[in-house]
Amino acid sequence: MSTAVLTDPKTKIRVSQSSAPQPIIQMREVCKGFGSGVTRNEVLTNINLNVREGEFLAIVGFSGSGKSTFMKLLAGLETIDSGTLTMDGQTITGPNPERGLVFQNYSLLPWLTVRGNIALSVNSVFRKWGRGERADHVEKFIEMVGLTHAAHRRPHELSGGMRQRVSLARTLAMKPKVLLLDEPLSALDAMTRSVLQEEILKIWEEERQTCVMITNDVDEAILVADRIVPLNPGPNASLGPAFTVELDRPRKSSELNHSDAFKGLRNAVTNYLVAVRQKSREDEAATTTAPKVELPDLEPLAMKLPHVSSLTAAK
Amino acid sequence: MNWRGKLLTFCKVTGMPVLEPFVRLAAGEDVKEQLVGISKFVLLPALAIALFIGLWSAAAKTIVSDSAQLPSPTATWNAGIELFEMHADQRQADRDAKKEKLTEAVESLAMARGFDELAAKATEEKKSLYAAEAQKNRKRAVLAANYTPSSAPTFIDQIINSLVTVAFGFLIATAIAIPIGVMCGMSPWVNAAMTPFIQVFKPVSPLAWLPIAAVVIIWAYSGTDPEDALFSKAFLTSAATVSLCSLWPTLVNTTFGVASVNQDYLNVARVLKLSWAQQLYKIILPASLPLMFAGLRISLGVGWMVLIAADMLAQNPGLGKFVWDTYQNGSSVSYARITFSVIVIGAIGLVFDRIMICLRNLVSFGDTAPA
Repeated sequence: MSTAVLTDPKTKIRVSQSSAPQPIIQMREVCKGFGSGVTRNEVLTNINLNVREGEFLAIVGFSGSGKSTFMKLLAGLETIDSGTLTMDGQTITGPNPERGLVFQNYSLLPWLTVRGNIALSVNSVFRKWGRGERADHVEKFIEMVGLTHAAHRRPHELSGGMRQRVSLARTLAMKPKVLLLDEPLSALDAMTRSVLQEEILKIWEEERQTCVMITNDVDEAILVADRIVPLNPGPNASLGPAFTVELDRPRKSSELNHSDAFKGLRNAVTNYLVAVRQKSREDEAATTTAPKVELPDLEPLAMKLPHVSSLTAAK
Repeated sequence: MNWRGKLLTFCKVTGMPVLEPFVRLAAGEDVKEQLVGISKFVLLPALAIALFIGLWSAAAKTIVSDSAQLPSPTATWNAGIELFEMHADQRQADRDAKKEKLTEAVESLAMARGFDELAAKATEEKKSLYAAEAQKNRKRAVLAANYTPSSAPTFIDQIINSLVTVAFGFLIATAIAIPIGVMCGMSPWVNAAMTPFIQVFKPVSPLAWLPIAAVVIIWAYSGTDPEDALFSKAFLTSAATVSLCSLWPTLVNTTFGVASVNQDYLNVARVLKLSWAQQLYKIILPASLPLMFAGLRISLGVGWMVLIAADMLAQNPGLGKFVWDTYQNGSSVSYARITFSVIVIGAIGLVFDRIMICLRNLVSFGDTAPA
């Protein structure tokens, strides 16, 4: 009885404090590194982040800043070294279909068809459903990503964009509470990329589920996200200040290009990223133990000459 | 998919690029390009074979000693035809013998009936005599009806016996190698425990294994009447030697295939929270099948090669024994027969290889092996 009395006021306080929607995922002082002893390499340090229910959060950062490690921690594929990482108040100890991960390189099983790949996840997650119910569910998601005509094909017969659609459908079909997108479009060409961006956006606007996306493309982040959090370059990567994207939805990339708010935000995020990278390089140079080499101030001789075409020079 | 695409996929999966230009030609693709393909895959090999036969004929005329001569292509061909004819004749003779015995059986039965009737009519003292005679005839009829020709196995019989032996040995090897390989691939601990055995036994020649296999089989068969045995000792010795030698490529490849399953596939399994068994059957085994089949292909090749030697030593009536007996026989056609059987052995090996390539390609999607 006494415990109930004690916990009651606490929960009241928590509810009254939060004006924003409840955070679904909370990261407090999360650190992650690899190796031990002298080969120890800290990748992420002091990560603090609240992912709010129903928001689209984009993490942007340069390659090598620990983005993939960050996503693996959220997915539960890697465990944190220190700090707390919770979802709905429960500590994340391993992977779970509640946090659906879309892999960067699709990770489709090559021996299964499009339908088979999606069915594998549906059958594993919704074991209690009837056979027919599961089959209908699979078809629904094949249709959602527009692959009904290719449902019988295997991944090697599909284009990169189609593969990522299958991967997306496979994850969405698990009905995850949080959708994790690990650079889902970085392996695609620019045209396919923009088409898929709009499609992800469309699907998200229908479902409005919590979504965390990692990307190295600032434009993409602004197009899809409610908040953008830059990841400072590693080692010892931490999160930068969040940028709130206050552009009206539904957004269209063609319209955004002319919007001043879009341009301003893009400059702000890009400038921040460039500045932190510059700083991190300077820090690295300052702490490095490697002997400093003074580079001579030289310029190739040919560069100094005025440009003369070899044809005219011959004359 | 239209028929053209289907046929092209078929060519690719079966590892027969020979057919590809013909399919494309039939589909009305650029004729010149396809002629290049045909000359590459059909004319050039045909030319090379013709050249080889020419050189062979020349060599056959040169390599002549007092006792023997390198058989010419024609002599080899004729020896081959003769072997097939001998098989046909033998079968005919067996059939004739069988028919003769059958008539004998019918006659004996008729005689027995006759004695039965006599016995029924006869007086008391002669009755037992007639009955005994009827019994004797009946026995003879049964014996004749159950007659099986016990002629020496022909060339074809020996080929079939070799195929059965290698299939048996190969299946045993597969049944042992794949489970162990999967365990080694899944657990680095098991792998570390198995590595010394694999490293030491892998390079051992089949002929060294054979006596040990024979000892085990003789022990297992001690106290068993050879008539009751399911398999003959020679057959089992040969098959066991094939198993022991064709085990290793499959084992090593399976270990490698299972250990090198793409980490992303395993991550998929982890996110879906698949059980251990589901992870094994739905992710790990399908993902490692291509490498497993690559190993099986090498194993079958090794097994077939080993079988010939094992047959010779174990006196298992297969192709190896045929070659050995023919060599010992030393008649004028011996070398031609041996040469012919060399070609047959090679051709069967080729067919095995093609089958395994085809199976491997069937399980490796979008990653067909070069033929």
